[in-house]
Amino acid sequence: MTDSTTGQAPSRQDRRGPSRRTLLSLAGLGAVGVGASVTGAIASDSPSPATPVVDVVPFDGRHQAGIATAVQANLHFASFDVVATDRADVVSLLKDWTLAAREMTAGIRVGGPGPPPGGNLAPPTDTGEARGLSASRLTLTIGFGPGLFDDRFGLRTQRPAALVDLPKFPGDTLDPARCGGDIAIQACADDPQVAVHAIRNLSRIAAGRAAVRWAQLGFGKASATDTSSPTPRNLFGFKDGTANVQGHNAKALAKHVWAARGDDAATASWMTGGSYLVSRRIRMTVETWDRGSLFDQEQIVGRTKAVGAPLGQKHEHDPIHPDRLPVDSHVRLAHPSQFVGVKMLRRGFNFVDGAARFGHLDAGLFFLAYQRDPRTAFVPVQLALSRADAMMEYLRHTGSGVWACPPGVRADGYWGDTLFTQA
Amino acid sequence: MPSSRLRPAALPAAALLAAATLTACGGSSAGDGTDSSAKNTVNINATDTKCKLDKTALDAGTVHLAVKNNGNKVTEVYIYEGKRIVTEKENIGPGTSYKLTSSLKAGSYQVACKPGMTGDGIRTTIKVTGTGGTSVNPQAKKAVDDYRTYVQSQIDSYMPVVDEFVAAVNTGDVAKAKSLFAKSRFGWETIEPVAESFGDLDPRVDLREADLETGQDWTGWHRIEKELWVKNSTQGMGPIATQLAKDVRELQSKVPTVEMTVASIGNGAKELLDEVATGKISGEEDIFSHTDLSDFQANVDGAKKAFEVLKPLIVDDAVVTLLETEFANVQTALDKYKHGDGFVSYDTVDEAQRRELSRVVDALSEPLSKLTAAATG
Repeated sequence: MTDSTTGQAPSRQDRRGPSRRTLLSLAGLGAVGVGASVTGAIASDSPSPATPVVDVVPFDGRHQAGIATAVQANLHFASFDVVATDRADVVSLLKDWTLAAREMTAGIRVGGPGPPPGGNLAPPTDTGEARGLSASRLTLTIGFGPGLFDDRFGLRTQRPAALVDLPKFPGDTLDPARCGGDIAIQACADDPQVAVHAIRNLSRIAAGRAAVRWAQLGFGKASATDTSSPTPRNLFGFKDGTANVQGHNAKALAKHVWAARGDDAATASWMTGGSYLVSRRIRMTVETWDRGSLFDQEQIVGRTKAVGAPLGQKHEHDPIHPDRLPVDSHVRLAHPSQFVGVKMLRRGFNFVDGAARFGHLDAGLFFLAYQRDPRTAFVPVQLALSRADAMMEYLRHTGSGVWACPPGVRADGYWGDTLFTQA
Repeated sequence: MPSSRLRPAALPAAALLAAATLTACGGSSAGDGTDSSAKNTVNINATDTKCKLDKTALDAGTVHLAVKNNGNKVTEVYIYEGKRIVTEKENIGPGTSYKLTSSLKAGSYQVACKPGMTGDGIRTTIKVTGTGGTSVNPQAKKAVDDYRTYVQSQIDSYMPVVDEFVAAVNTGDVAKAKSLFAKSRFGWETIEPVAESFGDLDPRVDLREADLETGQDWTGWHRIEKELWVKNSTQGMGPIATQLAKDVRELQSKVPTVEMTVASIGNGAKELLDEVATGKISGEEDIFSHTDLSDFQANVDGAKKAFEVLKPLIVDDAVVTLLETEFANVQTALDKYKHGDGFVSYDTVDEAQRRELSRVVDALSEPLSKLTAAATG
């Protein structure tokens, strides 16, 4: 099917103000972003390329930003239900979102840096809370859930085989209100307000076409994707993600993270260069965990608490010998050697959603893992962990999602265009 | 019921008056006392290819365009301020003349002749300087007049229902009072933003228990609602009901002179949908009677009327189409809950259903928030 929908989009695009003007101004900025990488970019309100800002992550590229990108400090993740009934409205939404995402990731207000259309009798196109803040390495990453691939938009035959409905894992206590959705957007930024601003504005733009189904805030990155940063700690107080796929390791990314040409060739060549994301809201019962002895905690994890060394070793990055670790320890069960070498790129975040019932912290890990194929990665790993991991006693999986994240966007493209224009 | 209930309601309205103030009784838009001698008359020689003005500098105030159609095609003449049409005259036949009169404030305008009555026309910029003039768009005046007529007719036609409700309360007929509660509020709920411009009238009539300050007297519909549904009684409600009818009559008497502008009408439409989004969807408005959906419908009706009277002022057809679509979607969603001559009790509408309603309301509210700018732009 060709993209017969583009011609019908403008009526909805009127929801967004000066798209043409903004496109023009951004076209100029894009050249700066590509040529000078991240050294010469954009101040919050002024598009002057002379202003040096070092915290812009380019939006366009072969792969979406926000996957291999070094993990930022904060997360706002939102799942949307598409409420539009026309394919044309979905395409116009993706175009409008892309435009706004380009602006916000460049540190520019939604609707562009100029005065808002409609003067002071119209609501501002940008909600305003990110004014004066830098781009804060904001990345916006989109994923399509299984629900999008039904008959509403003619996408049924393009659902990737790798986009599986996750099985029920032992011990799942999933809340339907925190599961699934048609489209997910991951906003990551070093400044929490920048991430929140991004999701808020994208939700607003979506009115009438998509509505938030659930959302999650996260902080204190729970895993690093670059060896230059110290390995962060999760809310159990342990280093997490020591053996993670590194964002600068192109070979590992190609092997474990990016969908390749030939994967799912029959239905999903549009995913080439994309990745599959599994999101899990994992509540940690931190009160009971904190009462465990240090010995027990370390036996459950399989690493020392202080430096994160595998038990029996001295240093964090010492080699792991799974057979020397307790049989039900987390590190042993999740070790790649148990799964024919499969790895995932984890970039989860800690969360605390205030207090739950009885005054206990509603806290845990919002697990985010990018992978080439969940059928050989997350699903077997989680099945093994949920059956045997001693840590499961302290974990409750309360939310879940699986998402096909399309490849990156060309300068003249939009989020998901490979799907919506695939023949 | 707005969260801003206790704030002086006149303030936001006052801020908007600058946009396009129209006095209550309308009258001639040109009658501002400015000298309207020949020196403020532009003679226009219109042909099939030309639109020749004999002057392009004018004094603010009453302005005349004396058009002579010397062409072979029927023509029309417009004055534009930006994209906005200030005034227009269509169907000026070949060989005929027409004198178009308008009132212009200082500024830059364009005069356009449209031979054959199509296209953007042949345009000439004119400069208006000095003080005076109202630059009133006759379409804006009509919109305000139409909306005022609507507000008056809503109040007038629902006044007897209010009286009937009050009588039922006064005679202690609980069942009848309950049956009339939602209906008696309907007219009020369609035009509530107008009532909010009268200081304490709105809180006297429509304050919810949750919005009371400690020690504040509680009067109006919701006070009676609580007595009817919680105690199944009208005990002590007589004076409150009588005062309610008096207050609504006060509003009725004030409608002819209340300040109304295109901006206040557009903003009122947005406020009505805000009311739906924050009060009705959550079930907080009619927390005892669960008649929220009736108020919901009234708010939507009032917003839709505001949109309809402003529609001729909106240049962008896409905005009109989108709003028409979203109003229709909201109505379709509401229609599912119609029951008898009203609606089902809102406590039977579950959370998932409320979320569906909320989503269609959001879908309408977002473009509706741009109505004022679209109608004044």
